Amino acid sequence: MTRSAAKSKAAKKAAQAGFVLDQQKNRLICEGDWTIDGVASLEKLLRRVHWPSTQRWVLDARGISRMDTVGAWLLYRIVMKIPGGESLLQQSELPSWQRSLLDLVIENASQGMKPPVEQKLNAFGRLGLSTVRMADEMLDMLRFIGETSFHLGILMLKPWRIRFRQIFRTIQMAGVNALLIVGLISFLMGVVIAYQGGMTLERFGANFLVVELVSLTMLREMSPLLAAIIVAGRTGSAYTAEIGTMQVTDEIDALRMLGITPIEMLVIPKVTALLIALPLLTVYADITGIFGGMVVARWQLDVGFYDFISRLPQAVSISPKSFWVGLIKAPVFAMIIAIIGCYRGFKVDGSSESVGRETTASVVASIFFVILIDAVFSILFTRIDW
Amino acid sequence: MRGFSRAIAKIYHNEAGHNERKNPVHNLIRASFRGIAMEFLLDINDMHCRFDDTTVVDGLSLHMQPGCLACLLGPSGCGKTTVLRAIAGFQPIVSGEIKLNGRLVSSHNVQVPPEKRGLGMVFQDYALFPHLSVANNIGFGLRGKSVKERTRIADKLLELVGMESHGKRYPHELSGGQQQRIALARALAPKPGLLLLDEPFSNLDVELRERLATDVRAILKSQGTAALFVTHDQHEAFVMGERIGVMHQGRIRQWDTAINLYYEPAERFVADFIGQGRLIEGRMVNANSVQTPLGTIEVNRAYPWRDGTAVDVLLRPNDIVISRESNIRCRILDRAFKGADTLYTLALANGDDVLSLASSHQDYSVGQEIGVAVNAEHLIIFQR
Repeated sequence: MTRSAAKSKAAKKAAQAGFVLDQQKNRLICEGDWTIDGVASLEKLLRRVHWPSTQRWVLDARGISRMDTVGAWLLYRIVMKIPGGESLLQQSELPSWQRSLLDLVIENASQGMKPPVEQKLNAFGRLGLSTVRMADEMLDMLRFIGETSFHLGILMLKPWRIRFRQIFRTIQMAGVNALLIVGLISFLMGVVIAYQGGMTLERFGANFLVVELVSLTMLREMSPLLAAIIVAGRTGSAYTAEIGTMQVTDEIDALRMLGITPIEMLVIPKVTALLIALPLLTVYADITGIFGGMVVARWQLDVGFYDFISRLPQAVSISPKSFWVGLIKAPVFAMIIAIIGCYRGFKVDGSSESVGRETTASVVASIFFVILIDAVFSILFTRIDW
Repeated sequence: MRGFSRAIAKIYHNEAGHNERKNPVHNLIRASFRGIAMEFLLDINDMHCRFDDTTVVDGLSLHMQPGCLACLLGPSGCGKTTVLRAIAGFQPIVSGEIKLNGRLVSSHNVQVPPEKRGLGMVFQDYALFPHLSVANNIGFGLRGKSVKERTRIADKLLELVGMESHGKRYPHELSGGQQQRIALARALAPKPGLLLLDEPFSNLDVELRERLATDVRAILKSQGTAALFVTHDQHEAFVMGERIGVMHQGRIRQWDTAINLYYEPAERFVADFIGQGRLIEGRMVNANSVQTPLGTIEVNRAYPWRDGTAVDVLLRPNDIVISRESNIRCRILDRAFKGADTLYTLALANGDDVLSLASSHQDYSVGQEIGVAVNAEHLIIFQR
């Protein structure tokens, strides 16, 4: 093969691109095809070059036979490694076809080329961030409530799909098994109220008013709140842990793959069961609480069982709707506890550690919301004079 | 009343179906094309998935025919499980689309929930329901069927997976392999068109893994169920997958049969990832021979590069044979006895090393110089 033939063959293919840094004349000489086919060798060359630290370089790009945006981008990168590269690029005399490509690259390279700097937030920034996260969480929870309500509605229309067995089992666990602890705590609370209040009443010789004191406090406030807090600690946490564990073991995903909506299968029976169990527990706490007050009245305040019970209707008649005030709150608390418990369970991200975290969060959140809503109820009932 | 609730359910659950009804003309055209579009069981086009700022799946396309056993193979973190979860409906996609039997189930604004997709899935850690017996686990997805029918199907599937006598046991009483069989039976019970398996054998020991993979393959074939499964173990993929997609950085690099992946890797990553082998430096002598430190090797096909092009040559351990007559001498750097064969690591003159698999009848020791020759049918060359 003659030399000229070889040359022409090579010319048809991409001539390799290259550049030389002429240290004596301070010139950057570029030559060859600066196209996507030609520049492959440049990357290697780039790594080996020792970049000058002196200023005032001249760019000599006359040797560049062809160029596309890849070449222009590389040229840009090379020149930018030289001190004062930016002005060098601006000042160099280049053919217009090279200039237009380079301008395009410079324009695009100047924006978004630097990696985003992680901004450290100050106290306000962090506060804002956690507020936004909290708002997101709230929205997420609203979505969950919406979804649950939707499925509840569907089940109302298709009652044959309700899982009665699940509901009864949950009532057994959340209600029946809690009778002892709810009864005991409510009894003790009755004792405490009667004791604390009764001592003061005794000083005024108004011992018998302990009936009003105990019955109204228990009916209106104490029993719904006590029952709800105990159920939140016992059952709400159990809901979170159960659903969370199923989340960790992929059982939730497995359910969905078998065509079963987890909300219908897991959440609805739990919510329904608690809606039934908590009002019943509240009534039960009413009874044991008043009984606790009765015991203190009998032994400490000389108000006998007979006197206490016969005074009870009259005492309650001061505010006749007291029983209902307490009872209306119970299903609302039940909803709060069940929804938060289940929602937190679904929030578990797959590690067993997060089961514990979410369970704690579930109990804290449900007790907080129970007390918050209780306060709202107090205001509402005062307004409507119940 | 029931009609009303059904209508609500339809609107709520099936956005895809809802959208379809918008334009009657469009609908007509779509209907007439459906015959053609239906031929794919699973049809993924240019799918992207993202977690916060990181793109996990980057423009992935995948098509599966009914009855096909396919596999996604890749190193951990390549996005293969995300793909599976996107198909199942657990993972939203940013752009692109997923169609099942021609029905759009995922796109940037559509996500049909997993329970409405009619797929089956086998999970890595089985996910059996611990409080249910094995038979009840299998029958769990068969709601709306009578108890008798459920028992019949459960018995049939127990027989299929070879565990007839275990119906009354509970999951925790079974070994890992048995649990995985039950998980497979449970996923097959509702007769899904496509079964997804997420690293199904990774919790099992090696020996059991291969045996179970063979069994599962036979079971799926006998049922005619298409399956897509995900693994990082290439032996498992070779046993199970009729088609294997090698994934890397959120994309399928090659979608091919096991043999082609091994002998005809389309790119460096596949060559490196599949099988053992080393890339050594070489230079093209002419279109079908290449000069390497192991001598000039004839290539079984013509490469379009210029003579003298610097290339990398892929050499598998069984491409290099030990030969007394050869005048190419290599020093043994390392040896690993594997029973019938011994795997030698050999040092080349230029500092590269290659692997050679030789019969263990003759034993050579580390440091010894031996003569080697290249005996390669399929030689894969990449331009440097």
